[in-house]
Amino acid sequence: MIAHTDAAGTAGGRGAPAEPAVRITGLTKGFGGQPVFTDFDLTVPRGERLAILGASGCGKSTLLRCIAGLEAPQAGTIAVAGEVGFVFQEPRLFPWLTVEKNVDFAARDAVERSRIGEVLALVGLTAARTKLPKELSGGMAQRATLARTLVRKPDLILLDEPLAALDALRRLELRAALREIVAASDATAILVTHDVDEAIDLGTRYLVFERAEGGVRASEPAAHNAGAPETLRKRLLAALGVKSA
Amino acid sequence: MTLILPGLLVMTWFALTASGAVKPYQFASPQAVWAEFGQLAASGALWVNLGASIERVAFGFAAALVLAVGLGALVGTSRLAERLIDPTLQAVRAVPSLAWVPLILLWLGIGETAKITLIAIGAFFPIYVSLASGIRNVDRKLIDVARVLGVRGPALALRVLVPAALPQLLIGARIGLTQAWLFLVAAELLASTKGLGFLLTEGQQISRTDEILVAVLLFALCGKLSETGMRRIERRLVAWTDTLPAS
Repeated sequence: MIAHTDAAGTAGGRGAPAEPAVRITGLTKGFGGQPVFTDFDLTVPRGERLAILGASGCGKSTLLRCIAGLEAPQAGTIAVAGEVGFVFQEPRLFPWLTVEKNVDFAARDAVERSRIGEVLALVGLTAARTKLPKELSGGMAQRATLARTLVRKPDLILLDEPLAALDALRRLELRAALREIVAASDATAILVTHDVDEAIDLGTRYLVFERAEGGVRASEPAAHNAGAPETLRKRLLAALGVKSA
Repeated sequence: MTLILPGLLVMTWFALTASGAVKPYQFASPQAVWAEFGQLAASGALWVNLGASIERVAFGFAAALVLAVGLGALVGTSRLAERLIDPTLQAVRAVPSLAWVPLILLWLGIGETAKITLIAIGAFFPIYVSLASGIRNVDRKLIDVARVLGVRGPALALRVLVPAALPQLLIGARIGLTQAWLFLVAAELLASTKGLGFLLTEGQQISRTDEILVAVLLFALCGKLSETGMRRIERRLVAWTDTLPAS
Protein backbone atom coordinates (compact mmCIF):
# COMPACT_ATOMS: atom_id res chain seq x y z
CA MET A 1 0.00 0.00 0.00
CA ILE A 2 1.25 3.44 -0.86
CA ALA A 3 -0.06 6.36 1.08
CA HIS A 4 0.54 9.72 -0.47
CA THR A 5 -0.24 12.27 2.17
CA ASP A 6 -0.68 15.86 1.26
CA ALA A 7 2.19 18.06 2.45
CA ALA A 8 -0.14 20.94 3.24
CA GLY A 9 -2.19 18.71 5.46
CA THR A 10 0.62 17.73 7.80
CA ALA A 11 1.10 19.51 11.08
CA GLY A 12 3.50 22.39 10.81
CA GLY A 13 3.77 22.02 7.02
CA ARG A 14 7.01 21.46 5.18
CA GLY A 15 10.15 21.13 7.24
CA ALA A 16 8.33 20.05 10.37
CA PRO A 17 10.06 17.14 11.99
CA ALA A 18 6.73 15.39 12.53
CA GLU A 19 6.66 13.34 9.35
CA PRO A 20 9.55 12.16 7.18
CA ALA A 21 9.47 12.69 3.42
CA VAL A 22 9.42 8.94 2.85
CA ARG A 23 8.78 6.12 5.26
CA ILE A 24 9.04 2.60 3.95
CA THR A 25 8.12 -0.25 6.26
CA GLY A 26 8.37 -3.93 5.51
CA LEU A 27 8.59 -3.51 1.74
CA THR A 28 8.53 -6.82 -0.09
CA LYS A 29 8.81 -6.88 -3.85
CA GLY A 30 10.13 -9.38 -6.33
CA PHE A 31 9.90 -10.30 -9.97
CA GLY A 32 9.16 -13.80 -11.18
CA GLY A 33 9.68 -15.37 -7.75
CA GLN A 34 13.04 -13.64 -7.41
CA PRO A 35 12.95 -11.38 -4.33
CA VAL A 36 14.35 -7.87 -4.79
CA PHE A 37 13.25 -6.47 -1.45
CA THR A 38 12.30 -8.53 1.58
CA ASP A 39 10.90 -6.74 4.60
CA PHE A 40 12.85 -3.62 3.68
CA ASP A 41 12.70 -0.47 5.82
CA LEU A 42 13.87 3.02 4.96
CA THR A 43 13.12 6.46 6.35
CA VAL A 44 14.16 9.59 4.53
CA PRO A 45 13.81 12.76 6.61
CA ARG A 46 12.67 15.94 4.93
CA GLY A 47 15.32 17.95 3.18
CA GLU A 48 17.71 15.03 3.01
CA ARG A 49 19.48 14.24 -0.23
CA LEU A 50 19.91 10.51 -0.16
CA ALA A 51 22.24 8.91 -2.68
CA ILE A 52 21.78 5.20 -3.27
CA LEU A 53 24.76 3.42 -4.78
CA GLY A 54 24.91 -0.05 -6.19
CA ALA A 55 25.68 -2.16 -9.21
CA SER A 56 23.27 -2.37 -12.11
CA GLY A 57 20.24 -4.52 -11.49
CA CYS A 58 20.54 -4.52 -7.71
CA GLY A 59 17.10 -3.01 -7.14
CA LYS A 60 17.85 0.72 -6.95
CA SER A 61 15.46 1.67 -9.72
CA THR A 62 12.80 -0.71 -8.43
CA LEU A 63 12.84 1.14 -5.12
CA LEU A 64 12.26 4.47 -6.87
CA ARG A 65 9.48 2.96 -8.99
CA CYS A 66 7.81 1.63 -5.84
CA ILE A 67 8.05 5.03 -4.14
CA ALA A 68 6.58 6.72 -7.24
CA GLY A 69 3.74 4.22 -7.37
CA LEU A 70 4.83 2.74 -10.72
CA GLU A 71 5.30 -0.67 -9.10
CA ALA A 72 2.97 -2.13 -6.52
CA PRO A 73 4.71 -3.67 -3.51
CA GLN A 74 3.74 -7.23 -2.62
CA ALA A 75 3.77 -6.31 1.06
CA GLY A 76 4.65 -3.38 3.24
CA THR A 77 3.76 0.28 3.22
CA ILE A 78 5.33 3.28 1.57
CA ALA A 79 4.25 6.63 2.96
CA VAL A 80 5.24 9.65 0.91
CA ALA A 81 4.57 13.18 2.11
CA GLY A 82 3.59 15.53 -0.69
CA GLU A 83 4.22 15.82 -4.40
CA VAL A 84 6.62 13.40 -6.06
CA GLY A 85 8.72 14.23 -9.10
CA PHE A 86 10.60 11.61 -11.13
CA VAL A 87 13.57 12.21 -13.39
CA PHE A 88 14.29 9.08 -15.43
CA GLN A 89 17.57 7.85 -16.78
CA GLU A 90 16.69 8.78 -20.36
CA PRO A 91 15.00 12.09 -21.11
CA ARG A 92 11.59 10.62 -22.00
CA LEU A 93 10.19 13.79 -23.48
CA PHE A 94 6.97 13.59 -25.46
CA PRO A 95 8.39 13.80 -28.99
CA TRP A 96 5.39 15.65 -30.44
CA LEU A 97 5.59 18.51 -27.94
CA THR A 98 8.06 21.38 -27.86
CA VAL A 99 10.25 21.84 -24.80
CA GLU A 100 7.82 24.39 -23.43
CA LYS A 101 4.78 22.17 -24.08
CA ASN A 102 6.55 19.24 -22.45
CA VAL A 103 6.95 21.30 -19.31
CA ASP A 104 3.38 22.50 -19.66
CA PHE A 105 2.25 18.85 -19.76
CA ALA A 106 3.06 18.61 -16.05
CA ALA A 107 1.41 21.90 -15.10
CA ARG A 108 -2.04 21.41 -13.59
CA ASP A 109 -3.18 24.93 -12.84
CA ALA A 110 -2.52 28.58 -13.55
CA VAL A 111 0.05 28.82 -10.77
CA GLU A 112 2.11 25.97 -12.17
CA ARG A 113 1.71 27.26 -15.70
CA SER A 114 2.97 30.66 -14.66
CA ARG A 115 6.11 28.94 -13.44
CA ILE A 116 7.06 27.46 -16.83
CA GLY A 117 9.24 30.41 -17.88
CA GLU A 118 10.99 30.38 -14.54
CA VAL A 119 11.91 26.69 -14.56
CA LEU A 120 13.05 26.86 -18.18
CA ALA A 121 15.38 29.71 -17.23
CA LEU A 122 16.55 27.73 -14.22
CA VAL A 123 17.69 24.81 -16.39
CA GLY A 124 19.04 27.15 -19.07
CA LEU A 125 16.57 26.31 -21.83
CA THR A 126 14.84 29.63 -22.38
CA ALA A 127 16.26 29.95 -25.88
CA ALA A 128 15.34 26.37 -26.78
CA ARG A 129 11.78 26.48 -25.50
CA THR A 130 10.16 26.16 -28.94
CA LYS A 131 12.39 23.30 -30.09
CA LEU A 132 11.14 19.75 -30.59
CA PRO A 133 12.84 16.94 -28.63
CA LYS A 134 14.46 15.57 -31.80
CA GLU A 135 16.34 18.85 -32.13
CA LEU A 136 17.85 18.66 -28.63
CA SER A 137 21.15 17.20 -27.49
CA GLY A 138 21.04 14.59 -24.73
CA GLY A 139 22.02 17.13 -22.10
CA MET A 140 19.40 19.64 -23.21
CA ALA A 141 16.73 16.95 -23.27
CA GLN A 142 17.58 15.90 -19.73
CA ARG A 143 17.43 19.55 -18.64
CA ALA A 144 13.98 19.76 -20.18
CA THR A 145 12.76 16.77 -18.17
CA LEU A 146 14.21 18.36 -15.07
CA ALA A 147 12.20 21.50 -15.82
CA ARG A 148 9.09 19.38 -16.35
CA THR A 149 9.63 17.83 -12.91
CA LEU A 150 10.33 21.14 -11.20
CA VAL A 151 7.29 22.95 -12.52
CA ARG A 152 5.18 21.22 -9.88
CA LYS A 153 7.57 22.20 -7.10
CA PRO A 154 7.77 18.60 -5.87
CA ASP A 155 8.42 17.89 -2.21
CA LEU A 156 10.34 14.78 -3.18
CA ILE A 157 12.47 14.41 -6.31
CA LEU A 158 13.40 10.91 -7.41
CA LEU A 159 16.43 10.86 -9.69
CA ASP A 160 17.06 7.55 -11.46
CA GLU A 161 20.62 7.80 -12.81
CA PRO A 162 19.72 11.12 -14.41
CA LEU A 163 23.20 11.67 -15.82
CA ALA A 164 23.98 8.16 -17.02
CA ALA A 165 22.97 8.75 -20.63
CA LEU A 166 25.23 11.78 -21.08
CA ASP A 167 28.81 12.07 -22.26
CA ALA A 168 31.47 12.89 -19.64
CA LEU A 169 31.55 16.65 -20.18
CA ARG A 170 27.78 17.13 -20.24
CA ARG A 171 27.55 14.94 -17.19
CA LEU A 172 29.83 17.22 -15.16
CA GLU A 173 27.98 20.27 -16.39
CA LEU A 174 24.54 18.94 -15.58
CA ARG A 175 25.75 17.53 -12.27
CA ALA A 176 26.73 21.01 -11.13
CA ALA A 177 23.41 22.43 -12.35
CA LEU A 178 21.51 19.64 -10.64
CA ARG A 179 23.32 20.23 -7.33
CA GLU A 180 22.45 23.91 -7.37
CA ILE A 181 18.85 23.36 -8.40
CA VAL A 182 18.19 20.69 -5.79
CA ALA A 183 19.94 22.70 -3.09
CA ALA A 184 17.97 25.82 -3.99
CA SER A 185 14.65 24.03 -3.71
CA ASP A 186 13.83 22.72 -0.28
CA ALA A 187 12.82 19.38 -1.75
CA THR A 188 13.94 16.03 -0.47
CA ALA A 189 15.84 14.08 -3.09
CA ILE A 190 16.65 10.43 -3.63
CA LEU A 191 19.36 9.86 -6.20
CA VAL A 192 20.11 6.45 -7.61
CA THR A 193 23.51 6.10 -9.24
CA HIS A 194 26.48 3.81 -9.72
CA ASP A 195 28.88 6.73 -9.80
CA VAL A 196 30.54 7.38 -6.45
CA ASP A 197 31.65 10.90 -7.30
CA GLU A 198 28.17 11.81 -8.39
CA ALA A 199 26.79 10.46 -5.12
CA ILE A 200 29.30 12.40 -3.02
CA ASP A 201 28.66 15.56 -5.00
CA LEU A 202 24.88 15.46 -4.84
CA GLY A 203 24.11 13.52 -1.67
CA THR A 204 24.03 14.30 2.01
CA ARG A 205 23.59 10.65 3.02
CA TYR A 206 24.73 7.49 1.29
CA LEU A 207 23.31 4.02 1.09
CA VAL A 208 25.01 1.15 -0.67
CA PHE A 209 22.77 -1.56 -2.08
CA GLU A 210 24.00 -5.07 -2.53
CA ARG A 211 22.05 -7.83 -4.16
CA ALA A 212 21.82 -10.76 -1.80
CA GLU A 213 20.03 -14.10 -1.81
CA GLY A 214 16.91 -12.98 0.04
CA GLY A 215 16.77 -9.47 -1.39
CA VAL A 216 18.66 -6.19 -1.26
CA ARG A 217 21.04 -5.65 1.60
CA ALA A 218 21.54 -1.96 2.35
CA SER A 219 24.48 -0.58 4.27
CA GLU A 220 25.46 2.91 5.27
CA PRO A 221 29.24 2.74 5.23
CA ALA A 222 29.96 6.40 5.86
CA ALA A 223 28.28 9.51 7.15
CA HIS A 224 28.27 12.68 5.10
CA ASN A 225 30.71 14.38 7.43
CA ALA A 226 32.90 11.30 7.83
CA GLY A 227 35.95 13.35 6.96
CA ALA A 228 37.69 14.44 3.80
CA PRO A 229 35.91 13.58 0.51
CA GLU A 230 38.78 11.17 -0.24
CA THR A 231 38.03 9.16 2.87
CA LEU A 232 34.35 9.12 2.02
CA ARG A 233 35.12 7.99 -1.52
CA LYS A 234 37.33 5.15 -0.30
CA ARG A 235 34.73 3.91 2.13
CA LEU A 236 31.97 3.97 -0.43
CA LEU A 237 34.11 2.20 -3.00
CA ALA A 238 35.09 -0.41 -0.44
CA ALA A 239 31.43 -0.97 0.40
CA LEU A 240 30.74 -1.44 -3.31
CA GLY A 241 33.48 -4.06 -3.41
CA VAL A 242 35.80 -1.99 -5.57
CA LYS A 243 39.47 -2.11 -4.73
CA SER A 244 40.51 1.49 -5.25
CA ALA A 245 43.96 2.95 -5.47
CA MET B 1 12.15 12.24 -63.38
CA THR B 2 8.72 11.09 -62.29
CA LEU B 3 7.37 11.71 -65.78
CA ILE B 4 9.93 9.66 -67.72
CA LEU B 5 8.11 6.34 -67.41
CA PRO B 6 4.58 7.70 -68.09
CA GLY B 7 6.02 9.55 -71.11
CA LEU B 8 7.57 6.37 -72.47
CA LEU B 9 4.31 4.49 -71.92
CA VAL B 10 2.30 7.08 -73.82
CA MET B 11 4.82 7.01 -76.67
CA THR B 12 4.64 3.22 -76.92
CA TRP B 13 0.85 3.45 -76.74
CA PHE B 14 0.87 5.99 -79.58
CA ALA B 15 3.22 3.90 -81.71
CA LEU B 16 1.20 0.71 -81.28
CA THR B 17 -2.15 2.27 -82.15
CA ALA B 18 -0.83 4.49 -85.00
CA SER B 19 0.91 1.54 -86.68
CA GLY B 20 -2.32 -0.41 -86.65
CA ALA B 21 -0.82 -3.22 -84.59
CA VAL B 22 -3.62 -2.69 -82.07
CA LYS B 23 -7.16 -2.11 -83.31
CA PRO B 24 -9.26 0.76 -81.87
CA TYR B 25 -11.91 -1.67 -80.57
CA GLN B 26 -9.16 -3.39 -78.58
CA PHE B 27 -7.35 -0.33 -77.33
CA ALA B 28 -8.15 3.25 -78.37
CA SER B 29 -5.34 5.57 -79.43
CA PRO B 30 -4.14 8.42 -77.19
CA GLN B 31 -5.74 10.95 -79.56
CA ALA B 32 -9.08 9.15 -79.41
CA VAL B 33 -8.95 9.02 -75.62
CA TRP B 34 -8.06 12.69 -75.46
CA ALA B 35 -10.92 13.55 -77.85
CA GLU B 36 -13.35 11.48 -75.81
CA PHE B 37 -12.13 13.23 -72.69
CA GLY B 38 -12.80 16.60 -74.34
CA GLN B 39 -16.24 15.52 -75.40
CA LEU B 40 -17.20 14.19 -72.00
CA ALA B 41 -15.90 17.36 -70.40
CA ALA B 42 -17.79 19.58 -72.81
CA SER B 43 -21.06 17.72 -72.39
CA GLY B 44 -20.69 17.90 -68.62
CA ALA B 45 -20.90 14.11 -68.30
CA LEU B 46 -17.32 13.97 -67.10
CA TRP B 47 -17.94 16.26 -64.15
CA VAL B 48 -21.17 14.56 -63.16
CA ASN B 49 -19.51 11.14 -63.13
CA LEU B 50 -16.27 12.28 -61.53
CA GLY B 51 -18.19 14.30 -58.93
CA ALA B 52 -20.41 11.32 -58.08
CA SER B 53 -17.38 9.08 -57.54
CA ILE B 54 -15.48 11.61 -55.46
CA GLU B 55 -18.54 12.19 -53.32
CA ARG B 56 -18.97 8.47 -52.65
CA VAL B 57 -15.32 8.04 -51.74
CA ALA B 58 -15.46 11.10 -49.49
CA PHE B 59 -18.54 9.92 -47.60
CA GLY B 60 -17.40 6.31 -47.38
CA PHE B 61 -13.93 7.29 -46.23
CA ALA B 62 -15.27 9.79 -43.68
CA ALA B 63 -17.61 7.20 -42.20
CA ALA B 64 -14.79 4.66 -42.05
CA LEU B 65 -12.47 7.18 -40.42
CA VAL B 66 -14.92 8.08 -37.66
CA LEU B 67 -15.77 4.44 -36.89
CA ALA B 68 -12.18 3.21 -37.13
CA VAL B 69 -10.79 5.96 -34.90
CA GLY B 70 -13.47 5.26 -32.29
CA LEU B 71 -13.08 1.49 -32.31
CA GLY B 72 -9.32 1.54 -32.84
CA ALA B 73 -8.82 3.87 -29.87
CA LEU B 74 -11.09 1.70 -27.73
CA VAL B 75 -9.40 -1.57 -28.67
CA GLY B 76 -5.94 0.00 -28.41
CA THR B 77 -6.48 1.35 -24.91
CA SER B 78 -8.61 -1.33 -23.29
CA ARG B 79 -7.62 -4.97 -22.99
CA LEU B 80 -11.23 -5.83 -22.30
CA ALA B 81 -12.44 -4.08 -25.44
CA GLU B 82 -9.68 -5.78 -27.38
CA ARG B 83 -10.80 -9.24 -26.25
CA LEU B 84 -14.45 -8.42 -26.86
CA ILE B 85 -14.26 -6.70 -30.21
CA ASP B 86 -11.00 -7.39 -31.99
CA PRO B 87 -11.39 -11.13 -32.83
CA THR B 88 -14.76 -10.48 -34.44
CA LEU B 89 -13.48 -7.56 -36.44
CA GLN B 90 -10.48 -9.59 -37.59
CA ALA B 91 -12.83 -12.31 -38.79
CA VAL B 92 -14.94 -9.77 -40.66
CA ARG B 93 -11.75 -8.37 -42.14
CA ALA B 94 -10.83 -11.78 -43.52
CA VAL B 95 -13.96 -11.81 -45.70
CA PRO B 96 -13.15 -10.79 -49.30
CA SER B 97 -14.74 -7.46 -50.11
CA LEU B 98 -16.99 -8.68 -52.89
CA ALA B 99 -18.54 -11.29 -50.62
CA TRP B 100 -20.39 -8.45 -48.92
CA VAL B 101 -22.03 -7.29 -52.09
CA PRO B 102 -25.09 -9.60 -52.17
CA LEU B 103 -25.87 -8.91 -48.54
CA ILE B 104 -25.47 -5.17 -48.90
CA LEU B 105 -27.69 -5.21 -51.99
CA LEU B 106 -30.38 -7.11 -50.09
CA TRP B 107 -30.20 -4.82 -47.10
CA LEU B 108 -29.64 -1.47 -48.63
CA GLY B 109 -30.78 -1.83 -52.21
CA ILE B 110 -28.72 -0.42 -55.04
CA GLY B 111 -28.76 3.20 -53.91
CA GLU B 112 -26.04 5.47 -52.63
CA THR B 113 -26.13 4.04 -49.10
CA ALA B 114 -25.12 0.62 -50.40
CA LYS B 115 -22.19 2.03 -52.33
CA ILE B 116 -20.99 4.20 -49.48
CA THR B 117 -21.29 1.27 -47.08
CA LEU B 118 -19.15 -0.95 -49.28
CA ILE B 119 -16.51 1.78 -49.59
CA ALA B 120 -16.58 2.35 -45.83
CA ILE B 121 -16.01 -1.37 -45.20
CA GLY B 122 -12.97 -1.26 -47.44
CA ALA B 123 -11.48 1.87 -45.89
CA PHE B 124 -12.27 0.93 -42.29
CA PHE B 125 -9.84 -1.94 -41.69
CA PRO B 126 -6.48 -0.37 -42.56
CA ILE B 127 -7.30 2.62 -40.35
CA TYR B 128 -8.60 0.51 -37.48
CA VAL B 129 -5.69 -1.95 -37.53
CA SER B 130 -3.00 0.77 -37.72
CA LEU B 131 -4.48 2.85 -34.94
CA ALA B 132 -5.04 -0.07 -32.57
CA SER B 133 -1.52 -1.40 -33.08
CA GLY B 134 -0.11 2.13 -32.99
CA ILE B 135 -1.62 2.69 -29.57
CA ARG B 136 -0.58 -0.75 -28.39
CA ASN B 137 3.03 -0.01 -29.34
CA VAL B 138 3.32 3.37 -27.64
CA ASP B 139 6.58 3.50 -25.69
CA ARG B 140 5.88 2.25 -22.16
CA LYS B 141 8.43 4.72 -20.87
CA LEU B 142 6.28 7.64 -21.99
CA ILE B 143 3.26 6.06 -20.31
CA ASP B 144 5.29 5.83 -17.08
CA VAL B 145 6.06 9.54 -17.29
CA ALA B 146 2.35 10.30 -17.60
CA ARG B 147 1.50 7.94 -14.73
CA VAL B 148 4.03 9.59 -12.44
CA LEU B 149 2.36 12.90 -13.28
CA GLY B 150 -1.01 11.39 -12.39
CA VAL B 151 -2.31 11.38 -15.97
CA ARG B 152 -4.54 8.31 -16.33
CA GLY B 153 -7.64 7.00 -18.05
CA PRO B 154 -9.21 9.16 -20.76
CA ALA B 155 -6.65 11.94 -20.19
CA LEU B 156 -3.86 9.43 -20.81
CA ALA B 157 -5.53 8.31 -24.04
CA LEU B 158 -6.11 11.84 -25.25
CA ARG B 159 -2.83 13.44 -24.22
CA VAL B 160 -0.38 10.58 -24.74
CA LEU B 161 -1.71 7.55 -26.60
CA VAL B 162 -3.50 9.24 -29.47
CA PRO B 163 -0.76 11.78 -30.29
CA ALA B 164 1.87 9.06 -30.01
CA ALA B 165 -0.13 6.83 -32.36
CA LEU B 166 -0.89 9.62 -34.83
CA PRO B 167 1.83 8.64 -37.31
CA GLN B 168 0.42 5.11 -37.47
CA LEU B 169 -3.12 6.44 -37.76
CA LEU B 170 -2.16 8.60 -40.72
CA ILE B 171 -0.44 5.73 -42.50
CA GLY B 172 -3.60 3.68 -41.96
CA ALA B 173 -5.72 6.53 -43.28
CA ARG B 174 -3.59 6.79 -46.41
CA ILE B 175 -3.97 3.07 -47.12
CA GLY B 176 -7.65 3.32 -46.22
CA LEU B 177 -8.19 6.03 -48.79
CA THR B 178 -6.55 3.91 -51.48
CA GLN B 179 -8.83 1.06 -50.45
CA ALA B 180 -11.82 3.39 -50.72
CA TRP B 181 -11.04 3.95 -54.41
CA LEU B 182 -10.70 0.20 -54.97
CA PHE B 183 -14.05 -0.50 -53.35
CA LEU B 184 -15.63 2.35 -55.29
CA VAL B 185 -15.03 0.46 -58.51
CA ALA B 186 -16.62 -2.65 -57.07
CA ALA B 187 -19.59 -0.59 -55.90
CA GLU B 188 -20.04 1.26 -59.18
CA LEU B 189 -19.61 -1.75 -61.42
CA LEU B 190 -22.62 -3.35 -59.77
CA ALA B 191 -25.39 -0.98 -60.54
CA SER B 192 -24.99 2.68 -61.08
CA THR B 193 -26.22 5.43 -63.32
CA LYS B 194 -23.27 7.72 -62.78
CA GLY B 195 -19.71 7.59 -61.58
CA LEU B 196 -16.38 6.55 -63.05
CA GLY B 197 -17.36 2.91 -62.66
CA PHE B 198 -20.48 3.65 -64.66
CA LEU B 199 -18.30 5.04 -67.47
CA LEU B 200 -16.40 1.76 -67.42
CA THR B 201 -19.53 -0.38 -67.76
CA GLU B 202 -21.06 1.91 -70.32
CA GLY B 203 -17.87 1.87 -72.37
CA GLN B 204 -17.85 -1.90 -72.23
CA GLN B 205 -21.49 -2.21 -73.28
CA ILE B 206 -21.11 0.05 -76.28
CA SER B 207 -17.60 -1.26 -77.04
CA ARG B 208 -15.92 2.11 -76.63
CA THR B 209 -12.38 1.54 -75.41
CA ASP B 210 -11.74 5.30 -75.46
CA GLU B 211 -14.44 5.85 -72.81
CA ILE B 212 -13.12 2.95 -70.74
CA LEU B 213 -9.60 4.37 -70.90
CA VAL B 214 -10.78 7.85 -69.87
CA ALA B 215 -12.30 6.29 -66.77
CA VAL B 216 -9.21 4.18 -66.08
CA LEU B 217 -6.93 7.20 -66.37
CA LEU B 218 -9.19 9.24 -64.12
CA PHE B 219 -9.03 6.46 -61.52
CA ALA B 220 -5.25 6.56 -61.69
CA LEU B 221 -5.26 10.34 -61.35
CA CYS B 222 -7.70 10.44 -58.43
CA GLY B 223 -5.87 7.65 -56.58
CA LYS B 224 -2.53 9.32 -57.05
CA LEU B 225 -3.81 12.75 -56.02
CA SER B 226 -5.45 11.49 -52.86
CA GLU B 227 -2.31 9.57 -51.93
CA THR B 228 -0.14 12.65 -52.43
CA GLY B 229 -2.59 14.74 -50.43
CA MET B 230 -2.48 12.29 -47.54
CA ARG B 231 1.31 12.29 -47.55
CA ARG B 232 1.28 16.09 -47.37
CA ILE B 233 -1.00 15.94 -44.35
CA GLU B 234 1.24 13.32 -42.76
CA ARG B 235 4.33 15.43 -43.24
CA ARG B 236 2.66 18.43 -41.71
CA LEU B 237 1.04 16.71 -38.71
CA VAL B 238 3.85 14.42 -37.69
CA ALA B 239 6.86 16.59 -38.39
CA TRP B 240 8.02 15.68 -34.90
CA THR B 241 8.91 12.09 -35.74
CA ASP B 242 12.62 11.50 -35.67
CA THR B 243 12.76 9.24 -38.70
CA LEU B 244 13.58 9.59 -42.35
CA PRO B 245 10.93 11.68 -44.10
CA ALA B 246 8.33 9.69 -46.01
CA SER B 247 9.06 9.93 -49.71
